[in-house]
Amino acid sequence: MRRLINANATEFWLILVIFALGLFLSLTTEQFFTLVNFTDLLNTSAVNLIFAMGLVVVLIAGAIDISFAVAASVVQYVAALALMALGGGNWVLGFLIAGACGIALGAVNAALIHHFRIISIVVTIATFNVFFGLLMFFTRGVSIYNLPGWWSDRIILWEYETASGAWAEITLPVLVMVFAVIATWLLISHSSTGRQLYAYGDNPEAARRIGISPGAVQYIAFGWLGLMLGIAGLMQVNYAQEVVPNALFGRELDVLAAVVLGGARLGGGRGTVLGCVLGVLLIAITENGLNLLGVSPYAFKMVVGGIILAAITLSNLSLESLAGRRP
Amino acid sequence: MAEQAARGAVLAMRGVSKTFGGVKALDDVSFTVRPGEVHCLAGENGSGKSTVIKIATGVYTADPGAGIEIAGQSVAAPTPGLARRLGIAVIWQDLALFPEMTVAENIGFEALLGARPKPVARRRMRETAARVLARLGVALDPDAPLRSLPIAKRQIVAIARALVGEARLIFMDEPTASLTQAETDHLLEIVRSLSASGVAVVFVSHRLAEVLEVSSAVTVLRDGRLVGVFPTEGMTQSRLTELMTGQTFDSAVAARDRSAAPPVLELTGLTREGEYADIDLTIRKGEILGITGLIGAGRTELGHTLFGMTRPDRGEIRLDGKPVRFRSNGQAIRAGISYVSEDRLSLGLIQPQSIADNLSLTVLDRLLTAGLISPARKASLVDRWIRELTVKIGTPADPVATLSGGNQQRIVLAKWLATEPRLLVLDAPTVGVDVGARAGIFAIIRRLAEQGLAILLISDEAPEVYFNADRVLHMAGGRIVGHYDPRATTLAELEQAVYA
Repeated sequence: MRRLINANATEFWLILVIFALGLFLSLTTEQFFTLVNFTDLLNTSAVNLIFAMGLVVVLIAGAIDISFAVAASVVQYVAALALMALGGGNWVLGFLIAGACGIALGAVNAALIHHFRIISIVVTIATFNVFFGLLMFFTRGVSIYNLPGWWSDRIILWEYETASGAWAEITLPVLVMVFAVIATWLLISHSSTGRQLYAYGDNPEAARRIGISPGAVQYIAFGWLGLMLGIAGLMQVNYAQEVVPNALFGRELDVLAAVVLGGARLGGGRGTVLGCVLGVLLIAITENGLNLLGVSPYAFKMVVGGIILAAITLSNLSLESLAGRRP
Repeated sequence: MAEQAARGAVLAMRGVSKTFGGVKALDDVSFTVRPGEVHCLAGENGSGKSTVIKIATGVYTADPGAGIEIAGQSVAAPTPGLARRLGIAVIWQDLALFPEMTVAENIGFEALLGARPKPVARRRMRETAARVLARLGVALDPDAPLRSLPIAKRQIVAIARALVGEARLIFMDEPTASLTQAETDHLLEIVRSLSASGVAVVFVSHRLAEVLEVSSAVTVLRDGRLVGVFPTEGMTQSRLTELMTGQTFDSAVAARDRSAAPPVLELTGLTREGEYADIDLTIRKGEILGITGLIGAGRTELGHTLFGMTRPDRGEIRLDGKPVRFRSNGQAIRAGISYVSEDRLSLGLIQPQSIADNLSLTVLDRLLTAGLISPARKASLVDRWIRELTVKIGTPADPVATLSGGNQQRIVLAKWLATEPRLLVLDAPTVGVDVGARAGIFAIIRRLAEQGLAILLISDEAPEVYFNADRVLHMAGGRIVGHYDPRATTLAELEQAVYA
């Protein structure tokens, strides 16, 4: 047990904090501890968590991506135009087009990083600007509302009328999120490819000498993030029921914060699926709690920032002291 | 004869040359290792040792015309994968392990290689790790993250990884560089047992005593050429040094009597809990006082206190007869104390910056003209010290990283001498410096002493202090446990006291 906690110190602390926060909110607000609120939390977190599943793989491999949220907007537009050109399409076509576009954009980042030996933060800051610039230029900032019905209609997988007459619902993005989480977990924890990504992020030179291809690592990591951002873009449209060019602008930092909060390290080699889930949840619960407590939405960012700083400082301290070693 | 030697060899390289952009790193070198033998590859930095390893393991490809046989198979150009399959493994100096991954994953990483994804067989990896560790007679938790292990244990993990692939030949590149004596002994024990079980080991080390202790034959390289292959029986350290450098060094005791000179530094009862205790010592003007002892004896910690980086709990430090208390190393520097650290590469120099910038860093405030650094004064300072310490450089604008170990050490010395200290604390001044260059460094140190500088020479190599210091103190467990005068003691006596 003790070793389990030592090996997963970050996750352990996050669970404790989430539990304490949940307890506090249950006692101070009436709405927090209700089924409707829980399903709302899941529905609103689904897209962020799908993004996080892609980003954590890139962080594990020792890189970073700033461009993925904007890339998802590009995917939304390309997919919307392509699907309309194809006469409306369906879910299968939607997933194929969004996934393929996402992977292509991820491959652009991987190619720049690998073939031109530019560090990932510089590459993705550049592609962030290029993607967003192209998007605003070609769309002139115009949103698309007349989407095919299958795409923009809410799909309720499960619903339940509570005693108060409110409906608790689980929508499609939650199911997709569950699949993304399971797939990512299988990839990074249970496949040799995933362990090679960890090894490369941990010690690139050692990984190279043992025969891991640096190029393959970049393409797999950014390709996976590409797939996830494509799917997340598709789901965000389903959630928002429209395509707005700057809807996801700024989302990259929220997701990055959640993933780092979940224990992924910017230097590579560290990060877990459970940590990401908890990181995204903690931020979602905090925002939800502040909302329920009647705090001004303008204070959200400030509080979330403070929590991230506090949590990372504490978890770093405890992790290192538990392991008996300084950073 | 050569054919005879090659028969049954686990590795036979003949006529191997390697050219990098016109420079011959290896010139017609032959190297043969027989099964189960412990063979040492000796030579100074740049002599071609690592090039030999990299060609044998397929990291580099030899120039055309070379003949390479691994386990009896003629291999035109080994690749890393082929060399591994034929049973050649390397333990690199930096170990090339994955700190965030577990011991079992580090040992069994082979099972995770390959382009096609496959499921991770955690249990099998753990069993593999346990089996190999048992063979090495070492108990390690296979699920512990590697980062939780000390360096000596990581070394074991690196050896274990090499054994998983049923290695027939293991190259060990400077395996003892960061180990204590006890850890080194344990490693040498493992090398012997590997050899007994038929695994050949090629040992590369700067520590000649170790080389002679563990290996049965030594191949000496100099400037990319083969000097010869010699049996270790009957070989001495000084003979080996001669072969490696092509020069003879007279190792005569350099100690002089400085008891008449005025004391510069006096310590009485100096104690810092958990580090060192009751240190009494005096260093006089122009005297070289040597302190030796095993790693962890408290030598470096004492050096840190003298340099103002830590504060003593008890006792007194007197400089030129006046009691001093340093609250920072800045104060120590202003009081005339300089400290050349053990870890030159990471702490002593800023590797990517220029020689001139590194050298002038300690005395920037003395180079100011109207509040700005005067390029002319900086240039003349750099010029003076480069000449004084006979540093071989291209231009002062070159990055320090381009210099050899011996020349880097001279730049560190120059940087501190520029502060015009009264007391120079040298901590392991020859770590990573070639045998040939060491003599040059000590000639400089002795000349500085002649000019009146008081020097505290800290080293874990007893011969180094024996031949160069005027008096030698032996530290163990944080205390001074012995005083020696090199003129009245033999080296064997000192080594017996320190290492036994």
